[in-house]
Amino acid sequence: MSEKSEQQRLGVFKTYKLYVGGKFPRSESGRVYEVTDSKGKWLANAPLSSRKDARDAVVAARKAFGAWSGATAYNRGQILYRIAEMLEGRRDQYVREVADAEGLSKSKAGSVVDAAIDRWVWYAGWTDKIAQVVGGGNPVAGPFFNLSSPEPTGVVAVLAPQESSFLGLVSVVAPVIATGNTAIVVASEKSPLPALSLGEVLATSDLPGGVVNVLSGRTAEIAAPLAAHQDVNAIDLAGADEVLAKELEIAAADNLKRVLRPQPVDYAATPGIDRMTAFLETKTVWHPTGSLGASGSSY
Amino acid sequence: MASVFTYAPAPESRGIVDIAPSYGLFIDGEFVEAADGKVFKTVSPSTEEVLSEVAQAGEADVERAVQAARKAFAKWSALPGSERAKYLFRIARIIQERSRELAVLETLDNGKPIKETRDADLPLVAAHFFYYAGWADKLEHAGFGANPKPLGVAGQVIPWNFPLLMLAWKIAPALATGNTVVLKPAETTPLSALFFADICRQAGLPKGVVNILPGYGDTGAALVAHPDVNKVAFTGSTAVGKEIARTVAGSRKKLTLELGGKGANIVFDDAPLDQAVEGIVNGIFFNQGQVCCAGSRLLVQESIQDELLESLKRRLSTLRLGDPLDKNTDIGAINSAEQLSRITSLVEQGEAEGAERWSPACEIPSSGYWFAPTLFTNVTQAHRIARDEIFGPVLSVLTFRTPDEAVAKANNTQYGLSAGIWTEKGSRILAVAGKLRAGVVWSNTFNKFDPTSPFGGYKESGFGREGGRHGLEAYLDV
Repeated sequence: MSEKSEQQRLGVFKTYKLYVGGKFPRSESGRVYEVTDSKGKWLANAPLSSRKDARDAVVAARKAFGAWSGATAYNRGQILYRIAEMLEGRRDQYVREVADAEGLSKSKAGSVVDAAIDRWVWYAGWTDKIAQVVGGGNPVAGPFFNLSSPEPTGVVAVLAPQESSFLGLVSVVAPVIATGNTAIVVASEKSPLPALSLGEVLATSDLPGGVVNVLSGRTAEIAAPLAAHQDVNAIDLAGADEVLAKELEIAAADNLKRVLRPQPVDYAATPGIDRMTAFLETKTVWHPTGSLGASGSSY
Repeated sequence: MASVFTYAPAPESRGIVDIAPSYGLFIDGEFVEAADGKVFKTVSPSTEEVLSEVAQAGEADVERAVQAARKAFAKWSALPGSERAKYLFRIARIIQERSRELAVLETLDNGKPIKETRDADLPLVAAHFFYYAGWADKLEHAGFGANPKPLGVAGQVIPWNFPLLMLAWKIAPALATGNTVVLKPAETTPLSALFFADICRQAGLPKGVVNILPGYGDTGAALVAHPDVNKVAFTGSTAVGKEIARTVAGSRKKLTLELGGKGANIVFDDAPLDQAVEGIVNGIFFNQGQVCCAGSRLLVQESIQDELLESLKRRLSTLRLGDPLDKNTDIGAINSAEQLSRITSLVEQGEAEGAERWSPACEIPSSGYWFAPTLFTNVTQAHRIARDEIFGPVLSVLTFRTPDEAVAKANNTQYGLSAGIWTEKGSRILAVAGKLRAGVVWSNTFNKFDPTSPFGGYKESGFGREGGRHGLEAYLDV
């Protein structure tokens, strides 16, 4: 037995980077901030995103919208399911990251990660069902075919919950992309590492680049340009406190973004469909039905 | 060109409607004066005759009305749905009974042709109440959970282009779901809402469930800002819609907005041209073009532009502009002097920017507010008449070569309310309809409305839907 193998091996740290347009850039600002665990121990330096990073993410999300919203619902469902498969394989990593981030025991963190994986599976099943649940034919009083269908709103800025760094994150991102929107996600300010690591799973799940873009940093700093951005169609304020939420809602009015206000959510419970419908439009198409004449309806 | 047929005047009698010299606010089941005694006049846009003097609600009146609605909410929301349904069915039936009277009233106060109020507005108003009446005791089946709850007091602000129809779109779903309402009609068209108050009285509706506050923009602003209002619904301009969105920011008020539009009416080279021409005319000249979902941009495939425009111009030459009460009239009066000057200024800008203006020979009455049907060619996407909502009888014509170009141009707007597609090719209809970012797409038809069919916009045309099952969501705590 050599002396060398007795030595403690020096671990390899991961450089946590943003996830934008399917790539892993650092913040263009070159800034980072210290991320610590619940006891204040240093975990990593995370990118401190700038407003330019936010704008770049919007460009990436817009670019991805056409293909993602145009993909079949079945295809989107398979990709969301693939995300669950990839997460399952890296479960231990996320359990460690969530335990560090939220100060949970390994077993508690384990159930949180399991719930997050199951949430992807749940939404994977929704992609090709939501249209039948919220859309449908309308019996208008006239000779017209009339059909209402849900369509994704577009580019959605998502402020992930501050406390639930992983299950909360998945619970707000999955419903947005399940229906064909693309997202710019602002990770929990204090605990961004699980969100940044999620990018690594998304990148290997056949999810087209730009569908989900993950930014870390000061929520208020990144959210302001997103809320005011004219090419963002909606914003989920889950991770904003009351004061910030009001400021952002006022900024969002400038191009009439759809706004989902912060509300108390039990992320452990099975979600309803509200987070999907909040970012859906309804399109109603009319067409005359014509008439076959008196003999056309003889049986 | 041979002269068109001459028509003998066929005016509808205005004797059927009895307009009082003055009206109060309708608060807690009573007509009352404004706290500060203010009044304003409402005029007939076709003659500038003063029709009546109406109380103008101020902040104190908003306070009173919201309190009345709050007080009424407890009992109204606790009524069995089947009882609320019966009140709404009663209202629908009384509207049908009084529809001739209301059609004449609406034509007098708004200036739109009697043909439209009689055949479009009033039937749709009654149908809307009838439709939502039926929902009142079936809400648990509407897909919003097992026990969906009303929000409380709804503050509703409506425009002047379809005064009674917009009232129906707001009040019917609000009451069916168990809310109580304070509604502000537009300052130029308050009368039909005040007649509706009388219908509520005839229907025996409990007092305070519906409150009507005529007034100007400041009345509406006070209403939407009132802290005891739980729900705000607004139909009107995008600029005001944004202001309202800022006002309710940070509150728990639920908001739905139905705002402006710049609808594209896309005509492909294989379209049935005669039908398309009728659809284009209906799309932009219905209600003098004062329609948020008007097809105000005509996108015509280049190869058929000449043929289509010739046909369209011939058709426009047959439109009859004049006395709105005349049953032959196609084009009535513009609703107000203010709106007329807005249309005039945008049209002048269109000419100044180099677009080519055309109108048929058309005699304009000497009093009242009128604007001849107008068509612009040589319009580019950068022109203001191709970008701004004119809200008048003005059509901007643009051309395209490929379906992709048509879609790109149609979507090149801040708005997303309506669009039209004219082609005989079914797959093209579905492909184009799928790519248009608009809430309502009419294919081989235009400007069709129905209480069962959700209506509302994408982008800056607002959010939320009115009509159909979807329309319930705006008034439920979901």
